[in-house]
Amino acid sequence: MPGVRSHDRCAAYTGALELHIRIRPTRGWTALDPRTLWSNRELLYFLIWRDLKVRYAQTALGAAWAVLQPLSLMLLFTVLFSRFSRLTSSQAPYPLFAYAALLPWTFFSNATTHGAHSLVGSAHILTKVYFPRVLIPLAAVLSGLVDLLFGLAMLVPLMAFYHWPPGWHLLWLPVAIALTTVVALGAGIWMAAVNVKYRDVRFALPFVIQLWLFASPVFYSTDQLPARWQWVSALNPVAAPIEAFRASLLGLPMNPGLLLTSGAATLVLLAAAAWTFRHVEHSFADIV
Amino acid sequence: MDPIISVRGLGKQYRIGAQRAAYRTLRESIMRTLSGGVRRRSGEGARTFWALRDVTVDVAPGEVVGIIGRNGAGKSTLLKVLSRITEPTEGEVDLYGRVGCLLEVGTGFHGELTGRDNIFLSGAVLGMRREEINRKFDDIVAFAEVAPFLDTPIKHYSSGMTVRLAFSVAAHLDPEILIIDEVLAVGDAPFQQKCLGRMEDAARQGRTILFVSHNMAAVRGLCRRVLLLEAGRIAMDGDVDACINRYLARGTAPGTNQVDVSAVHRRHGYGGLQFQRVTLGAADNRAIVALGRPIDLQMEVRVETAVNDLELSVVVETAEGVRVCECPSSLTLGRIARLEPGAYRLECRIDQNILNPGRYVLTVIAGCGRRVLDEVPDALAFEIAWTRDGAPDSREDLSGLVRVRSTWTAPTPS
Repeated sequence: MPGVRSHDRCAAYTGALELHIRIRPTRGWTALDPRTLWSNRELLYFLIWRDLKVRYAQTALGAAWAVLQPLSLMLLFTVLFSRFSRLTSSQAPYPLFAYAALLPWTFFSNATTHGAHSLVGSAHILTKVYFPRVLIPLAAVLSGLVDLLFGLAMLVPLMAFYHWPPGWHLLWLPVAIALTTVVALGAGIWMAAVNVKYRDVRFALPFVIQLWLFASPVFYSTDQLPARWQWVSALNPVAAPIEAFRASLLGLPMNPGLLLTSGAATLVLLAAAAWTFRHVEHSFADIV
Repeated sequence: MDPIISVRGLGKQYRIGAQRAAYRTLRESIMRTLSGGVRRRSGEGARTFWALRDVTVDVAPGEVVGIIGRNGAGKSTLLKVLSRITEPTEGEVDLYGRVGCLLEVGTGFHGELTGRDNIFLSGAVLGMRREEINRKFDDIVAFAEVAPFLDTPIKHYSSGMTVRLAFSVAAHLDPEILIIDEVLAVGDAPFQQKCLGRMEDAARQGRTILFVSHNMAAVRGLCRRVLLLEAGRIAMDGDVDACINRYLARGTAPGTNQVDVSAVHRRHGYGGLQFQRVTLGAADNRAIVALGRPIDLQMEVRVETAVNDLELSVVVETAEGVRVCECPSSLTLGRIARLEPGAYRLECRIDQNILNPGRYVLTVIAGCGRRVLDEVPDALAFEIAWTRDGAPDSREDLSGLVRVRSTWTAPTPS
């Protein structure tokens, strides 16, 4: 059997490409195959590292931007909503309440935007060399995690200032981060694929994200909504990660029903992303 | 010996006009769906062509195979399918071993990053592991001769330095199967020699190489076997010299001055107008033009739907594919305002024939604005022959593609 023979001969190589490759017209759902992702982890690492280096090259403030964005929105929301609106945060000081939600939101919105432009922006690579295409939006989304960590670090002086120390709930933070990452991956990969086919995404996305901010429990919390509308809000896949961040950072209560509904919406989002991506992946080099 | 590359019945179909920039806007998609998109989708009316068809070939380990053919013959498509950049429409390929592909120099480079960063990035994109890049790092830098600039962003590099660095990364890839597309067309002559040498080393070490090139000297020097592609199919497979000779002499039934191009399928364009026949004015039905004599062409076209602002053009290329000149109708006719459906005949005379003796190929193009209606590459092959009655004062053995008039003054003491 040829496969066995070649395996012996190239035993020295355990590189990114398999030893026996069969190329044929494909169908199916293989875009997010975990084995392929694992064998390409080094390339993923390099792509994330490139995204980070390039993003902050020639910026005067560098990584400070990662903190400035949620911080300035926090100030804005505090001025606008904490005094004049009846939407007051349940127990925590409003700036903390807003900032804890802005962290996952900023990560999510940036990840979606970067992800959406990632494939089209890498056309020059993708038409010249093969590697699993999904690595490109994956790297664009995951590189945002570093910004999220900077944002979290800023929380330390904020909490000290408002005398609101974190409790044992903080142990849930990795779960909250993982949840946010999954939602961001779904949206980023999906938009990346759609953008290949329909460049409308470039115009629609900034506007959709603005609307989405107000539809998500960022400057209010889900339980401040009228009870019969809460389930609608829960359909928003970003809702659960935001509330999970608040629950773990500030020790606010978490609604399990919200987690379930929002989780289901996330699964739908991931399925849509995988399906669309697979379809575009077939013909990517021919379209872009 | 078992093949390392086994290709069976490979085909790749493109929709015409969909090869480039075919991304759609949402509005366009919606409008198309509303106006009976289902019918369109079934393929009726949509013109397609096979860039590659029925390609079946086995390559043994250690073979160095040259792939030659005219532009549009399917060479690049074949390489793109083999390197998994694009998926085939039909057929199968088995590759037993690590594949390194070099379709472009500098894949994965980013101008904002330093030379050092780019070595790692490009290496990873091409399929190297980090440990492997670390091990070869010094060799890569030495080969590229960029050591003093390692920590400078490559946007400040000269183009020559960028190319050297890029090739150096790729040259250290060391896969079992190396797929190379025309990378030798970059860099200065000494560097090209160095690249060729590097590829010879790889071949000597028993690697399997697929090598696309228009440079016949490089193909002769490197390859033991050649695949000649014509119109997406393998026209010839085997002996290097036989393939190269056929490629250089290629064309349509060499010798005749009248070619029926109505059924040629390597054409492309939006349609509505088709070339039917191309005739070269010659004395005895052989496609030979005497040196320095005007080249007379007669074209017959059929117009299916009325066209406005028509422009026709004749392009002359050498047998090796080097473009010599283009003769558009607009220079003498302006735009042809309108042609109703029907059959037409028109003539083109290239008065100023400065072509040197050799084999040439004509491509005929009809278009309106930037839209190509019909283009027949290599519609007619002809020869410029040196004859005594051509131009009385000319010598047979002048080098170069063309002959131009020059005037010399006799030497005077200075």
